Amino acid sequence: MISFSGVSKRYPGGHEVLSDVSFALEAGELAFVVGRSGAGKSTLLKLIPAIERPSAGTVLVNGQNVGALRRAALPYLRRNLGLVFQDQKLLYDRCVYDNVVLPLAFSDHSPREAERRARAALDKVGLLGRERASPVQLSGGEQQRLAIARAVVNRPAILVADEPTANLDAESARGILDIFFAFNQVGVTVLIATHDEATLAGYAGRVLRLAAGRLLP
Amino acid sequence: MRAWLRHHRQAFAAALGKLLAQKSATLLNALVIGVVLALPAGGHVLLANLLAVTQRFSPEPQLSLFLQAAATKAESDAVAARLRADTRVAAARFVPREEALKSLRATEGLAEVVAALGQNPLPDAFVVRARDAAPEALDALARDLRLLGGVAHVQVDSAWARRLAAIAATGRIAIGVLAALLAVGLVAVTFNTIRLQILTHAEEIEVSRLIGATDGYIARPFYYFGFAQGVAGGLVALAILWLGLSALNVGVQELASSYGSTFRLGFPGAADALSILAFAGLLGWLGSYMSVSVHLRQIT
Repeated sequence: MISFSGVSKRYPGGHEVLSDVSFALEAGELAFVVGRSGAGKSTLLKLIPAIERPSAGTVLVNGQNVGALRRAALPYLRRNLGLVFQDQKLLYDRCVYDNVVLPLAFSDHSPREAERRARAALDKVGLLGRERASPVQLSGGEQQRLAIARAVVNRPAILVADEPTANLDAESARGILDIFFAFNQVGVTVLIATHDEATLAGYAGRVLRLAAGRLLP
Repeated sequence: MRAWLRHHRQAFAAALGKLLAQKSATLLNALVIGVVLALPAGGHVLLANLLAVTQRFSPEPQLSLFLQAAATKAESDAVAARLRADTRVAAARFVPREEALKSLRATEGLAEVVAALGQNPLPDAFVVRARDAAPEALDALARDLRLLGGVAHVQVDSAWARRLAAIAATGRIAIGVLAALLAVGLVAVTFNTIRLQILTHAEEIEVSRLIGATDGYIARPFYYFGFAQGVAGGLVALAILWLGLSALNVGVQELASSYGSTFRLGFPGAADALSILAFAGLLGWLGSYMSVSVHLRQIT
């Protein structure tokens, strides 16, 4: 489902963030990318929706070489991925419901179907009833749940989350990971990057360790 | 297809929403565009009125040949024969003095003047249509006809109409140049407005792109915004035109009535009004298209 083969990423100026990274994730797998800050976790995750392009190597998503995709093809790739960003990227001038329904606005769903899906997504993350609230009225954990609801509203087969538990207390972090675990239980492939390996205790998933841009054996 | 239409409807509604949300900015922009458009549109309307006036008179290469009041029938017949024989003459029509008086009497405002004359002061005349419309050829023909016996005066009728048509053609070019220059200004106004809109919505654009929005989807509301702003400016331009022509007509009406005419400046018709709106909308769209092409790329 996701395959990295000899992937390197070098930013302009010569700084190499990832070096010869290779791994493969099967459909329905749960995996964690762990490593210290600056290890290259975020860059690795950004290569999957082609937010970044590899300097060398190949990234395949559902058999598609995403590094070689034309710019016009990227939206269609991203619609099939659930992305949770490190900084959440919520729209704070819009209500909870409008944030969740946003990915459905540019798909072919009818307004009725979009509403049904948005409510279902909010229900899954425990935010049903808060549709008209502003994101600024939500706690950090709730904002993270909102970001997850937006990521899953399109019912993607792959969920990619960058530091979804950062800045959360242990209980909230656990609640967030439980949500990802629940999605994985119904067959969604989940890849989560975190610097806090301790929060992963109790979750049966594969761990990919990154250090200085290299995947440790 | 239904989804595509829905996306367009949503984009149009979003654009209108933005326009209405910033009422004062929208009004100011529409005023700027309206004033800019009203200048060439007003010139075009005035020129159309001028051309309508000139078209009442024949621009054909025509001369009027007036016989002396005392000219005899024989002299008149000799002139007619000479005209028929002249290869430079395409057609010649004899206008008896009675017919000329009748025609003068039918002219608005002159009936009372003619009645006051007591007797017919007009001479017999020929209306001559020349084959060659070149001013030199007309002048040469007029010069030769003046030498005929019994001829009092020869007048080149169409000269002034040709001069007026030349002035109108120059005016049309000037208005075209002015319209082109102001159109560039209008595109620039929309370009800048859309640039600010894009900057204001940079975060939303970035997020939308990250979660699967196409550039077309993101750009569409801006296109509609530019188009709607242009149309709003077009409506303001039409209002300015209407007010301006109404004000001008007060003076024109007074001037025309002093000549016994009921002439008024005509307002733009439905087709012209629609053309102005379409032109304004098109320029708005063009400005937004250019701005989106440049500035959307800068948001990554």
